[in-house]
Amino acid sequence: MSAAVLTPEQQEFQEYARRWLAENAPPPAPERLPITPIEVMTTGQRDYLQAWQRKCYDAGLVGADYPTEYGGGGHEGFQRIANLEMGRARVPFLINIVGLNMAAPTILVHGTDQQKKKFVPGCLSGDEIWCQGFSEPGAGSDMANQQTSAVRDGDDWIVNGHKVWTSLGHFAKWMILITRTSKDHKYDGLTYFLCPIEGHAGVTVRPLVKITGEAGFNEVLFEDARVPDAYRLDEVGKGWTVAMTTLTYERGAAESAGSGGGDGPHPTQRLIDLARDTWRDGECAADDPVTRDAIMQRAIVAEGMKQNGRRARVPALCDHPMRLPLQQKLTSSEFVQDNARLGVEIAGAHSTLYKLDEKAPSEGYWPLAYMNSYGHTIAAGTNEIQRNILGERVLGLPKSK
Amino acid sequence: MATKNAAPRNFGFGEDETLLRDMARQFLDERLPVETLRGLVAEAPEPIYDEGQAPRWDAGLWKEIVELGWTGLAVDSEDGGAGVSLVGIAGVVEEVGRHALPSPLVSTLAASWVLREAGSDVAKAQLTRIAEGATATLAITGERGAWDPGAPALSARDEGDDLVLDGTACFVQDALKADCLLATARLGDDVVLCKVAPDATGLEIRADHIHDLTRDQATLRFANVRVGPDAIISRSALPALQRAWPALLVLVSADLCGTSEWQLQTTVEYAKQRKQFERQIGFFQAVKHPLVNAMVEIDRARSLLYHAACEIDRGADDAETAARMAKSAASDAGAFISDRSVQLHGGIGFTWECDVHIFFKRSLHNQALYGDGVHQRKRLASVMMGPIG
Repeated sequence: MSAAVLTPEQQEFQEYARRWLAENAPPPAPERLPITPIEVMTTGQRDYLQAWQRKCYDAGLVGADYPTEYGGGGHEGFQRIANLEMGRARVPFLINIVGLNMAAPTILVHGTDQQKKKFVPGCLSGDEIWCQGFSEPGAGSDMANQQTSAVRDGDDWIVNGHKVWTSLGHFAKWMILITRTSKDHKYDGLTYFLCPIEGHAGVTVRPLVKITGEAGFNEVLFEDARVPDAYRLDEVGKGWTVAMTTLTYERGAAESAGSGGGDGPHPTQRLIDLARDTWRDGECAADDPVTRDAIMQRAIVAEGMKQNGRRARVPALCDHPMRLPLQQKLTSSEFVQDNARLGVEIAGAHSTLYKLDEKAPSEGYWPLAYMNSYGHTIAAGTNEIQRNILGERVLGLPKSK
Repeated sequence: MATKNAAPRNFGFGEDETLLRDMARQFLDERLPVETLRGLVAEAPEPIYDEGQAPRWDAGLWKEIVELGWTGLAVDSEDGGAGVSLVGIAGVVEEVGRHALPSPLVSTLAASWVLREAGSDVAKAQLTRIAEGATATLAITGERGAWDPGAPALSARDEGDDLVLDGTACFVQDALKADCLLATARLGDDVVLCKVAPDATGLEIRADHIHDLTRDQATLRFANVRVGPDAIISRSALPALQRAWPALLVLVSADLCGTSEWQLQTTVEYAKQRKQFERQIGFFQAVKHPLVNAMVEIDRARSLLYHAACEIDRGADDAETAARMAKSAASDAGAFISDRSVQLHGGIGFTWECDVHIFFKRSLHNQALYGDGVHQRKRLASVMMGPIG
């Protein structure tokens, strides 16, 4: 059971984090930042965000709970406080989302001491950007259907295959990669690697164009790419188990390094501001009772998510330990989507305008945020799959497979 | 009393509160299994609705509840009660809702909270009686159905030291079981709060015919009902009523969260048993997904509930906002799982034979009580977005 109050050390750290964030607000971004890390597109955005993560890391606000021998702060219960303060300060997010939230915690659970020393510090500082090689053209949410193969060759593995929807792949130095090492077993035939990407022979990263018309994620082709056995994470054939660890972190079911606060005002305030600035049929949208009701519905969901997070840490108030954590991915992604959809609706005809149109409100934020939101409701197992998982694991309903 | 502190990370839910809730659950599991509940409130439909005046409750069970000290949960220890925090009370009321306990407990707790906020000697004396087992309810809604206390149901006039009340109070919960009615009335620019005995001269209590089988409700007609000084709780009660209002919303929300959780679990169990097309129906995503959606909504409501209760306990400025959010979420979650619980039970769910209807109706009643989701959001918008125009 988590402590009801902060320890004196945690309290001191909270004050420090608050003060540091107030004194070290980042300079204005040279160009409009995307809404989430998976939409980071330009080198300008990358450089700016990478510098910010490094600064936060140096200040002890990233990786605070990780052991010091792996580049962390060596504390307990500090990261949650730092995340909360970063969120409260509404500073830019931390770019290395895959490294922080998926690779580092997975390596910490399954890696050798050597692997932890080599890989974790770069995840935390953001110096080494990571991407995730789970999805394939034929294996999205059905992740056990992996076709990308790894074949042993001396001290190396030869990898061939095709990964897709690889966010941040164009900036990534490393990939958490799941491969098929045996065709005889579906689940036990998978092996997990930490795979070099940037400039690595046999690896081609190609941008994919998103629904928005923007490049932002990628496909990654492996043609006889060699991966040293030293980069294999856990045992041969244990890839499914390792991947489940990653997914647990990815879907928010475990505390990890967090991704900071995102930019701009609180989502509800953003909608209220939009409504105040929008005229519809000759009236201010903020005066329309239907619009007001819709915005308040969003505000309640926002507050509900916050309080769910608080309740999830009080075991006595949850009848099933995974009940709230497993909802995290589902609710947060649909929250973003529903908010953006409402923004599009309020902005009305103005939502037809792409960001390059000078008349586009909020630099075209709403329709782009809406379209981009599908990246979250589809990625990490579609929300339909999330509902199956919740129904089966938490409610105990019969399994779909 | 409430003090302003930093919000506790566990909502103020400590060992005592957990123990109290678990005891409530255990007690009601034993004393009021759903078969017993059915026997109590839903044996046969027609006479039950015909006998709208007959409270369907188990007097023996109520006696045990009084002995457990539940009527005094919201009464300070100096007045003879248990002085439990609202967070702790919410935990108990959730269990009460989960078992659809037919009793005036929630009304009595609501009335207690109003008395507590009023704080006068008359109020304290009444609180002591409640802690000893007296029941009470609130008569504050008028014929035009105002949900907030600023528009009282009755009018009052001074006659010597007495007040004389006239008018009609509507939607008075559990009025047939209440030992004490707390009525509000307009007196000049003020709202007075006084207590009225159910057998007062000039007072007519007419039971409403309602769907909810687990409570009663009445319309109270006041014709020159005389109230002496020893029954006047406050001559300027609006601030106390407004302070109490968030707690009232929390109490109903807690009951709603409890009924909703019962509906979810019961429907999940049914979906695991019932076979169609050679499979348990819970296998089908068309059944699985709405149940998950209901769980998400219920959890949101529960988290907002504990937050609101906690904010009230610590006297936070945003208590009203938090309570309105909780009631909106609880009403909407209740509506959704009620709908799905009947639908997913299929044909049997549409019958009187299936217990689902008992909870469906209690939920439906609570969804409207003290303002439904739309009403709460209207008030929230006026706070968060300012007035229209």
